[in-house]
Amino acid sequence: MLEILGKTNIDFMGKRRWAFLFSGIMVMLGLVAVVQISRGSANLGIDFAGGTAVQLKFDQAIRIDEARKILEANGLGTAELQEFGQDNKLLIRLKASTTIEEKVAERVVAVFTQEFPSNHFVVDSSTEIGPTIGKKLQEDALIAILISFVGIILYVAGRFELRFGIAAAIATFHDVLAVLGAFYLLDKEITLLVVTALLTLAGYSMTDTVVVFDRIRENLRMRRRDSEETIINNAVNQVLSRTIVTSLTVVLVLIPLTLAGGEVLHDFSLALLWGVIFGTYSSIFVASPLLLLWPGASGRLLKRS
Amino acid sequence: MKKVGRRLILLALAVMLSVIFFIPSYQPFYQALPAWLKAIKPNKGITLGLDLQGGIHLVMEVDEDRAVEIAVDRSVVSLQDLLVDKKIPVESVTRTGPTQVTIQFQNAELKAQIQKVIEDYPAFLETESAGSANLLVWELRELETKRIKDSAINQALETIRNRIDQFGVAEPMVQRQGLKQIVVQLPGVKEPKRAKDLIKETALLEFKLLDEDNRVKMDLPTRIPKEKEAEVLKEAEAKLPVGDQILFERAIDKDTGREYRIPYLVKKRVMLTGDVLSDARVSIGQFNDPYVSITFDAKGGREFDRITGDNVQKRMAVVLDNTIYSAPMIQERITGGRAQITGTFSMQEASDLAIVLRAGALPAPLKIIQDLTVGPSLGKDSIDKGVQATLFAGALVVLFMMVYYRASGIIADFALALNLLCLMGALSALNATLTLPGIAGIVLTIGMGVDSNVLIFERIREELRAGKAVRLAIDGGYAKALLTIVDSHVTTLITGVALFLFGTGPIKGFAVTLCLGIGINLFTALVGTKVIFDLMNQRHKIEQLSI
Repeated sequence: MLEILGKTNIDFMGKRRWAFLFSGIMVMLGLVAVVQISRGSANLGIDFAGGTAVQLKFDQAIRIDEARKILEANGLGTAELQEFGQDNKLLIRLKASTTIEEKVAERVVAVFTQEFPSNHFVVDSSTEIGPTIGKKLQEDALIAILISFVGIILYVAGRFELRFGIAAAIATFHDVLAVLGAFYLLDKEITLLVVTALLTLAGYSMTDTVVVFDRIRENLRMRRRDSEETIINNAVNQVLSRTIVTSLTVVLVLIPLTLAGGEVLHDFSLALLWGVIFGTYSSIFVASPLLLLWPGASGRLLKRS
Repeated sequence: MKKVGRRLILLALAVMLSVIFFIPSYQPFYQALPAWLKAIKPNKGITLGLDLQGGIHLVMEVDEDRAVEIAVDRSVVSLQDLLVDKKIPVESVTRTGPTQVTIQFQNAELKAQIQKVIEDYPAFLETESAGSANLLVWELRELETKRIKDSAINQALETIRNRIDQFGVAEPMVQRQGLKQIVVQLPGVKEPKRAKDLIKETALLEFKLLDEDNRVKMDLPTRIPKEKEAEVLKEAEAKLPVGDQILFERAIDKDTGREYRIPYLVKKRVMLTGDVLSDARVSIGQFNDPYVSITFDAKGGREFDRITGDNVQKRMAVVLDNTIYSAPMIQERITGGRAQITGTFSMQEASDLAIVLRAGALPAPLKIIQDLTVGPSLGKDSIDKGVQATLFAGALVVLFMMVYYRASGIIADFALALNLLCLMGALSALNATLTLPGIAGIVLTIGMGVDSNVLIFERIREELRAGKAVRLAIDGGYAKALLTIVDSHVTTLITGVALFLFGTGPIKGFAVTLCLGIGINLFTALVGTKVIFDLMNQRHKIEQLSI
C-alpha cells in the first residue's frame, strides 16, 4: 500500500485563528475586487465591459512599443496591447468608450496594414461587444450564482444541519473571492472564461467541503462523548489522504493545461489551479472551524440516523 | 445486492450506445464507414463551437423606429405623387415627426379635397389639433406602428436568411432572440468581413430621376474628395429646390486609385424600387468590367417601360442605400424588363450586390451589438494545444492512479475512460455544441470521477486496516463512500441546474456538460468499478487486494 500520508493527528482546529485571519484578508481582497468590478475600474474583459478586441498573428516578430506608437498616431492611444511572444501574436483591446458603430476592429486592421506593409498578418480573432450586452451577461451570471448558492445551502441544510449549509456556502464564497482577489491584484483580465473557471472551482470546492462534512457527520453520530472540536479534528485527519490525493490529481491535470494549453486556456487553468489550492485549504481550515462558531445544536439534529 | 451479470449487461449497453452515438461526431472515422451504415446515423453528433473552429457570431438589433420612419417617408413620397396626379397644388408634404405627416397648402378651400385623397391611406389618422386653416396633420395609427415594427424584424430575419443561403455557409444559424434581436452564427466562415458586409447592407435599390432643370442654379462641384460630402450638403441646403435632394456617386480615379465623389441633384420621388426585381446576376462588360444585370417582374417591367418611355433623354440615377451607382441617360424606351447596374466595383462586390438584390432589402438598418469573430487559425491552434495538453494531463492522472493504487488504480482508470466515453456519447446524442467552457465542464467532471474512486479506495483501505477480509472491505468501502459521493454530486448538480436555467451562452454550455457528467459519474463510480471488483471476487477468492 503506497501512502503519501500515514495516519495523521494534526490539530487543524487549533489553528483556526490564524486561518480566519488569513482568509479574512483574502476575502477582503476579493470584496475590494468585486467593488472595483461593479464600479467598472477593474480589468474587466470586453465580454463584460463592452468594447473591441483584435488578435493579429504576424509573419515576423513585432515590437510592442512600435505597435503602440502607430496606434497612438492613429487616434487609438487607449488600446491595451498584449503579446504572445513565441507566435508573433499581438492582442489589441479597446474598452467600451469606443462604440461599435465606429468599426474599431476594421480601423485597427487598416492601421497595421498601412504601417507595417512588409509584415504580413492574419486576423486570428476579433470581438466587438456593445455595452448593453455585457451588462446583461453580468446580471445573468450573478443571478445564476446566487440561486445556486441558495439551492446548495438548502440541500446541505436538509441533509446535515443549517450551520453546515451556511458554512459550506461561506467556504465556497471564500474560494471564489480569494481567486477573484488574486486576479485583481495581478491585474489579470476578468473574462467570461475566467468566470466559468470561478464557477468550476466553486463546484470543486463544494464537493471537497461536503466530503469533509460527511465524515464529520458520521463521526458526530458515532462518538457522542468527545468534544465537537476533537470530532471535527479527527474527521479532517481521516479524510486528509483522500483530500491530498484528489487535489494532487486535479493539480496534475491543470499544470500542463496552464503551461502548454495555449493562450485561450491559460488564464482559465490558472484560475482553476488557484481554486483547487484554496478549495482544499478552505474545506479544512474554513468550512470545518466555522461549524465550531455556531453555538447550540452540537450535532443533536444529526443523531437520528 | 444485484446480480453481477445484470450489471455487466447494463454496462455493455451503455458503452455500445455511447459508441454508436459518438461515431458521427468523429468525421474521419464516420466518413470511412460504408454507405448503408452511414444511412442509419441516429444523430448529427457534436459540433464544435465558434471558439474552437472559427467563425462569426453576430447579435444585431433592427432599428425599429427607423423602419417606421422609412415607411412613413414612403407614404409621404407616394402621397406627393398622388396629389400631383390629381392636380391639387400643395406647398409641401413633409414628415414632421417619427410618425407625423404635415401637409401645407395656400388655398384653404383645398382642405376637403386633400382630406378626400388621404382616404386612400387608412393607416393614417387626422389629428384634430391642426389649428391653422392651411395645415393638415396626420398621424400613423398606433396599431399600424406596431405592425410595422413587428414585421420589420420578421422581414429582416427572412432577408438575412436568404442572403446567407445564397452566400453558402455550412450550418448557419439565424435566430430571433428576445423582442428585437437577431442572432447569426456562421461557423467556419473564411471571409468574415465579406459575410458581415453582406448581412448588414440594407440594400434598398431605388431609381430616381436627376433634376436637370435646377442643376445649373445649384452650381454643384463636379468631383470632391470623399471627406467633403458633409460640407457640400451643408452649402447646398439653403437653395435646395422643394422635392429634391443631393446624393453622391462613388467613383475611383483610374490614375491615382483614389476614391472620390460626384454630387448629383436628384428628385426625391422614387420611380421604382428593388421590390419589383425577379432576378439579379453578375455579367461581364466589354472592357472586362463586371456589372449586375437585373430582371424585373411583370409589374416592374411594365412600370419600367412606362417610366423610361416618359423620360427619354433624361438621366436616371440607380441608387443603392442612398449612394448612386450610376446615372445613365435614358436613350430610348426600355421594354424588355431588364436593366443594368454598372459602377466601379470588383467582381466580388458585383456578385455580393447581386446576392443582396436577389434576397431583397432590409426594412431598416441593422445595428450590430455583439460581434465575435474567430479566425480559423486561432480555432485550430487552441484545439491543438488544448488537446495535447489534455492528453498529457490525462496520461499523468492515469499513471498516478496506477502507481498509487496499483491494480485498483487500473480499475479506476478504466472508470475514467468509461466516463469520458459515455459523456462524449451523451453529448453526441444531444447534438451538443462543444465550446471551451464546455471543455471546462468536462475537466471538472473528470476530476470528480477520479475523486469518487479515491474516496472509495481510501475507505476500502481503512476497512482493510481495520482487519476486515477483502470482500467485506470492498463492500464496506463502497457502502460508506456511497453517501458522500451522492451528497457531493447532488450539491454540484444543484449548481449545474441553476447555471443551466439562468445562465446564458457559454455558461449554459458549461452547465450542460457538468450536469450530464455528474449523472454519468455516479453511474460509472457506483456500477462500473464495483462490477469489476465483484467479478474478480466471484472467479477466484482474492486474499490480497492490490490497492
